[in-house]
Amino acid sequence: MTSKGHTLIGAEIFFECLRREGVEYIFGYPGGALLKIYEKLYDVDDIKHILVRHEQGATHMAEGYARATGKVGVVLVTSGPGATNTVTGIANAYMDSSPIVIFTGQVPTHLIGNDAFQEADILGITRPITKYNFLVKDVNELASTIRKAFFLARTGRPGPVLVDLPKDVMNAKCTFEYPEKVEIRGYKPTVQGHTMQIKKAAAKIKHAKKPLLYVGGGIIMSEAAKELTFFAKTHRIPVTMTLQGLGALPAKDELSLGMLGMHGTYWANQAVNNCDVLIALGARFDDRVTGKTETFATQAYKIHVDIDPTAIDKNVLVDLPIVGDVKHILSELSVEMTESPDTEEWLKTIQAWREDCPLVYETEDGKLRTEYVIEQISEKTGGEAIVVADVGQHQMWIAQYYQFNNPRLQISSAGLGTMGFSLPAAIGAAFGVQDKPVISISGDGGFMMNIQELVTAAYHKIPLKIFLINNSYLGMVRQWQELFHEKKYSFTDLSENNPDYVKVVASFGIPAFSTDNPNEVSELLDKALAYNEGPIFVEFKVAREDMVFPMVPAGASISDMMIKRLNPKTLV
Amino acid sequence: MKHTISVLVENKFGALNRVAAMFSARGFNLESISIGETEDPEISRMTIVTEGDEQILGQIVKQLNRLIDTIKVLDLTGALTVERELALITVFYQKSNRSELIGLCDIFKANVVDITQKTFTLEIVGPPEKIDSAINILIPFGIKEMARSGVVALSRGEQLNRHKKGSSEVLAI
Ligand SMILES: Cc1ncc(C[n+]2csc(CCOP(=O)(O)OP(=O)(O)O)c2C)c(N)n1
Repeated sequence: MTSKGHTLIGAEIFFECLRREGVEYIFGYPGGALLKIYEKLYDVDDIKHILVRHEQGATHMAEGYARATGKVGVVLVTSGPGATNTVTGIANAYMDSSPIVIFTGQVPTHLIGNDAFQEADILGITRPITKYNFLVKDVNELASTIRKAFFLARTGRPGPVLVDLPKDVMNAKCTFEYPEKVEIRGYKPTVQGHTMQIKKAAAKIKHAKKPLLYVGGGIIMSEAAKELTFFAKTHRIPVTMTLQGLGALPAKDELSLGMLGMHGTYWANQAVNNCDVLIALGARFDDRVTGKTETFATQAYKIHVDIDPTAIDKNVLVDLPIVGDVKHILSELSVEMTESPDTEEWLKTIQAWREDCPLVYETEDGKLRTEYVIEQISEKTGGEAIVVADVGQHQMWIAQYYQFNNPRLQISSAGLGTMGFSLPAAIGAAFGVQDKPVISISGDGGFMMNIQELVTAAYHKIPLKIFLINNSYLGMVRQWQELFHEKKYSFTDLSENNPDYVKVVASFGIPAFSTDNPNEVSELLDKALAYNEGPIFVEFKVAREDMVFPMVPAGASISDMMIKRLNPKTLV
Repeated sequence: MKHTISVLVENKFGALNRVAAMFSARGFNLESISIGETEDPEISRMTIVTEGDEQILGQIVKQLNRLIDTIKVLDLTGALTVERELALITVFYQKSNRSELIGLCDIFKANVVDITQKTFTLEIVGPPEKIDSAINILIPFGIKEMARSGVVALSRGEQLNRHKKGSSEVLAI
């Protein structure tokens, strides 16, 4: 290890900084602008570089790693096309507030702005999708910039931070010093909540008859699941979770109502409609959650806790905002809660809704169903696997049917809804977490979008379980076409377009299986879960035209749910 | 309703861009924006004039605060402030109305900064309303072209500290 005060070149400083930040993995892809860094990387063995096959894959891997571990994920890509290939992944991390740091190579400083070979204004391109971004013009600023980048990525409301590294700066020399403290004048996230506001909140909750906790990804990010569970159980307040919040309270807990919103459970949405005090914790009133905002929880006094002041009053006006870290605030709130509300009646009412309209799917025709596959995975893993969904119907079925019993198990692209997320994100998660099964579940559409990363999984022999839900449709789009677009199945039928997935995957050297028989599911899952030599793949050929229910049509009130489709195809 | 917001930002390249981009990305109305160095060369002051109801204004202030380069956001609306704008206006004149025009310049305390056979170029400094009314008066003469700087503003006397970054008062809006 190089001590403080040595003269180093930029590329060496880069690795020294990463060491100081405790970086274990870099997900990267080389190129001209990075040659010096890759030259130095050759002799670095305490930080592992994972060669991806597309830079988008690198960003999703870094995000999967970050979300599974709570640490910062790191990406290294070259200038121009390497950098632009990361854009979707960066936007994804931004929308889901995931801490990643992206290092992009850049043309030498004297060529910046000259339309030089492989130049792209990546700072300009990523400004709206990063928490912050930097161009390092002088090697003397390299160490402090990297320090700031990691600090910004992981503190406050986390998010992606990009650092652009011109080629000449990587060759330039300076004395290496890693700043101990970071001072950013304009950046002082509020951590502690306002005491008076917290007291007020406690007073409201104590006297509520029908309180409801509505919790989002913020709980997971601030590691506040324990505080939440304690609070909910002590005061017997039911909890509904957003997609990002799943696992905050164990799904098996009697107070867990599962997910709310567009494809949320009937009872969760009914609870929202009828509650008298709604306590939103680290959730942002996303439109997929609220439906029509004017009719969202109209009877409720709304308390909103969030680290990001801009989340407050953005979509829904609240009565009592509390800005700060939800972990701190929950602990303080617990202290203030000297008595509990009486919620027994309320819990009974919710139980009745639960029995009225349970989650159900068709079983009688003998066809294989995604819901069944997910239920089986959930049972076999005891709700303790990391499940990385792609985007589409299967993603919603995972949210409904997988019983997430711990935080950091549900990983999916919620805010941006990026198809192609699952496989690389699951690879990243599997690098980060070795003591739990990691499962990637994709639709046949999304699987194709980053299929090249199978190489990355195979080469590193990571024990990833890759499950493909093949309905030969872009299922979720097909669902909207059936419901809202006169059944014009425009470009969503993949039956003639799909390859033989087993052959494709096998060609990457990964054992691959396929079934359309419900009776074979259990055995194939056992086999996949037991296999630890490397990745393993199972394709489930499911009923083609199923739809995700319940459903709130976009823009409708969450009280106007479509419960299910009966045969013949009418809706109730 | 119109609002004047004063923002102190780090004097770094990209800061103006971030602010302007935030307005366009979130669909906030941006009527004028002006920026220049302050007494501290590391800090620039931006004056932003925008339009929207209280809720939108609240969001604008919070979004501005959220930007890493932002040091402080002051909503000057309704406070005692000094607001000034500079306009350069080139108007046509004829012999017959030249003295009338010069008379008007006096009333508006405008300076004639350029003159040709056919045109005067006037420099007017004042609150935006004064410039609006000067323009209205000048229209009949025929305005050749004009440029306005956008407003710069400061609160009078003691600085007001509303919406200070990181303080939890912001929350209570
Ligand atoms: C990159 C990207 N392109 C397009 C979409 C729009 N989209 C949302 S869901 C969906 C269909 C997904 O189909 P599939 O991957 O087969 O999953 P399924 O819905 O059948 O489970 C599409 C095309 C998207 N979310 N992301």
